[in-house]
Amino acid sequence: MTPPGHFMILAEVLPGRVQALRELLAQMNSGPGRADPANRLLPFGRFEALHFARFAILVDMTHGDLAAHGETMPASLPTYLSFFGDCDGAGDAQLDEFVRVAQGGLLEVFAHCAGCPAGPDLAAWLRARNLPVAAAYANWTGRTARRIREERALAEALSRQAIGMGTTAPGKLQAVRAQLVDYVAAERRQGRLLVTPDLPTPIAWWWRNLAHVVAIPILGLLALPFLLLYSPLFIWQLRQRERADPEIVPAPDLAHVAELATFEDRGITNAFTALGSVKPGRFRRYLVIVLVALLDYAARHIYGRGHLTRVQTIHFARWVFIDDKQRLLFASNYDGILESYMDDFINKVAWGLNLVFSNGVGYPRTDWLVKGGARNSQAFKNYLRRHQVPNSVWYKASPGLTAMDLARHGRIREGLDRRAMSDREIEDWLRLL
Amino acid sequence: MSKDFDFSDVQGLLRFGYKHHTDSAFALLRVRNRAAARAWLASAQVGTGAKGPLPKTLLQIAFSAAGLRELGVPAHVTAAFAPEFVAGLGTDANRARRLGDVGNNDPAHWEWGGPAEEAVPHVLVMVYALPGHLQECGLGLESHWAVPFELMRWLPTTDMGGVEPFGFTDGISQPEIDWSRELPAEDHDSLAYRNLSCLGEFVLGYPNEYGRFTARPLLDPVGAAATQLPRAEDAPDRADLGRNGSYLVLRTLRQDVPGFWRFLHAQAGGDAAERQRIAEAMVGRKMDGHALVAPAAEPIAGVDADAAARAQNGFTFDDDAAGLRCPVGAHIRRANPRNADLPAGTRGLISRAARILGFDSGALHADAIASVRFHRVLRRGREYGRRMSMAEALAAPTTAVETGLQFVCLCADLARQFEFVQGAWIAGTKFAGLPHEDDPLMGNRIAAPDEPDTARFTMPRAGCPNRVIEGLPTFVDVVGGAYFFLPGVRALRYLVTS
Repeated sequence: MTPPGHFMILAEVLPGRVQALRELLAQMNSGPGRADPANRLLPFGRFEALHFARFAILVDMTHGDLAAHGETMPASLPTYLSFFGDCDGAGDAQLDEFVRVAQGGLLEVFAHCAGCPAGPDLAAWLRARNLPVAAAYANWTGRTARRIREERALAEALSRQAIGMGTTAPGKLQAVRAQLVDYVAAERRQGRLLVTPDLPTPIAWWWRNLAHVVAIPILGLLALPFLLLYSPLFIWQLRQRERADPEIVPAPDLAHVAELATFEDRGITNAFTALGSVKPGRFRRYLVIVLVALLDYAARHIYGRGHLTRVQTIHFARWVFIDDKQRLLFASNYDGILESYMDDFINKVAWGLNLVFSNGVGYPRTDWLVKGGARNSQAFKNYLRRHQVPNSVWYKASPGLTAMDLARHGRIREGLDRRAMSDREIEDWLRLL
Repeated sequence: MSKDFDFSDVQGLLRFGYKHHTDSAFALLRVRNRAAARAWLASAQVGTGAKGPLPKTLLQIAFSAAGLRELGVPAHVTAAFAPEFVAGLGTDANRARRLGDVGNNDPAHWEWGGPAEEAVPHVLVMVYALPGHLQECGLGLESHWAVPFELMRWLPTTDMGGVEPFGFTDGISQPEIDWSRELPAEDHDSLAYRNLSCLGEFVLGYPNEYGRFTARPLLDPVGAAATQLPRAEDAPDRADLGRNGSYLVLRTLRQDVPGFWRFLHAQAGGDAAERQRIAEAMVGRKMDGHALVAPAAEPIAGVDADAAARAQNGFTFDDDAAGLRCPVGAHIRRANPRNADLPAGTRGLISRAARILGFDSGALHADAIASVRFHRVLRRGREYGRRMSMAEALAAPTTAVETGLQFVCLCADLARQFEFVQGAWIAGTKFAGLPHEDDPLMGNRIAAPDEPDTARFTMPRAGCPNRVIEGLPTFVDVVGGAYFFLPGVRALRYLVTS
């Protein structure tokens, strides 16, 4: 199994260069919200292990909300260029591959950023800016971009065959399946369909993963006596803050929403990027660190088989602390229109959103860390839109496929691999086609 | 909380379908003279939700955002309405893309309500009349409108006896509104599908299914606002301009009746029974309105207990997850998937926790679409044009026959209700995980760069591969539309007199 990886570059944009950088990045697109896979600067389509990638200029429009907490703020925050994405295998290796293929284009982009080096040092410079991701979610651990392509071809070819058999009389399930299995075998012999076996799991990754699986519960057990002692105080601290923390949820600026909407719904999958400040004070800071670590644990070891709790529409998601954990960036690749994504969140995992994001400045009021919050749907939608940052470039390696499509394709392939199936199983399997 | 609802302050359309007033027409007006327009609107008598003797004719009046501006409503008041209403239905390319209003449905081709400023009506006057009284009433109105308004057009309607132009009984599934406010006005999980909706889902100024109040203009209670408008329930120091009002979506949907039946005739190989069977699978109902699935064992809140109501509306798709009886992509299943907040069969704390955390893999597939109670609309549409017989439709008339639906729906949250259902479920090409198809009746079949085929319809069959119909043409085109605000009676008076 090839483990999922990711990269997250953050580089400060030089003063006065934001507009020029925007214009340059726009050259990577073939249309609004649609990266050209063969663009001159970074030809995404040439990277076999890449799932998603994006460039977004992080202008924080809600930093001023901190004033509601009585904070004095720096006169100006750095504007960052973020470049991040999801790949198979280590993120650093993917960065090296980018530089190997597109050093010139990347230099042209990062020349707008502080400290961009001359050619040969670019790979090392990027690696040094590859930020740790506090929590990462992949829809399906180990499902490589290559497997997605192969399973798509398999599913579409099989679907085509099955549609041709749509007038078959009932009761011939075994014969129907045998015919489809034979068809795939013949296509594979001809080299028209490929089913490449997974690579072995890297040993070092396997050990690191196991250590993480075990370490977090052990830490939790060790901390348990302390946590029990602390809990009454914690509850008091939490409830006091939940009552006092300001809610900042005005309707978002119409021009801002219009800009965001221009890049949305161009295909079945969309990209969401948002940025916000963590509430000031040690309580919220440590709370959000712990909760995001738990989220990471759940995403890596409990989920990763097609769903994150009840939500089945997220391909990849990440939570990244920036500026010494004063701000949190959240980014995802999700299926459907934003309205349905937000409603999915509100109606299925409001509690999960509340756990993390209620530590952000201005979030709708929560009760007991999980109740309320996102369930105040209009306030939550305003909050999300206000914090959302437009993506300058967004690339998806498998356009047209939802996460549910990918899961369906996987089940189609599994059905082929099975030696025998009962009539009932065949019936369910044929429904997928 | 049970309260007596003040029906005299809502326009009647929220409560009634006006089935006795079979004759109707909708006037699209633009303001020509503001003072005269306000004067006529102030004198117009609208039909209210209060029950009484049937009037011979009655009016319902609604405004577009452009209309409010034109009538002199201050900009900051108009801006406090829902942003979708303020922007308008046909004016924004991003909205059009989201709603599937592209290709044949592109607002640029609309007969009314398109992207041009002058295409958007300011005022909608819906006229309902008992049989035989419409023409006289319309002529009378036109004589009064000569100075204040420019009459853009009348949208005519036809009484087809509760059957839409393709021949299906229509308007069966409607949410019941909880007028007496017996549902809890707080956030809660709802584990069974119900057909009863919180008042605030359709009427502004009341708690919705989240126990919250939908945004609407709240005014300083000074002058006329203090005396004419009710106070906001959630902000007693403010006057509520939205209270007892609703948002109204009007879309003219042109139906290609010969195209529909001739396509199915070919698919069925000329077999009349098979042709009807495929059509019923696409709609998700028998032509006479009966459900394709059996009534639910348990009663459904908001559906009458009598056998006729149960056969038409007392069902869910819980026992037909695979879509063997009613295909998953059928029109009525997309428009109302009839589910609860958690997948069917959630019993007890452990199963509930497992499902909330997503550990119940069996339940996950059915969980792609959930919580339909947040996505209901109240439909008040009427057919227009000429009803065609099956023989006429199959014979392919040489001259085009104009027919379709003046689609009207009411809701309190345009984004979460109308736009969600239309954009994510009807126009969506991945509904409930189905690939390659949009709504079999209303889909635009537009192929996108990453979506080469959206023109299929899948009918699962027991014991054999799915029957998949390919190459569905478009059967319904959007040819006009706009968003309106249907004010409460007092709010209407306030808007045109203050």
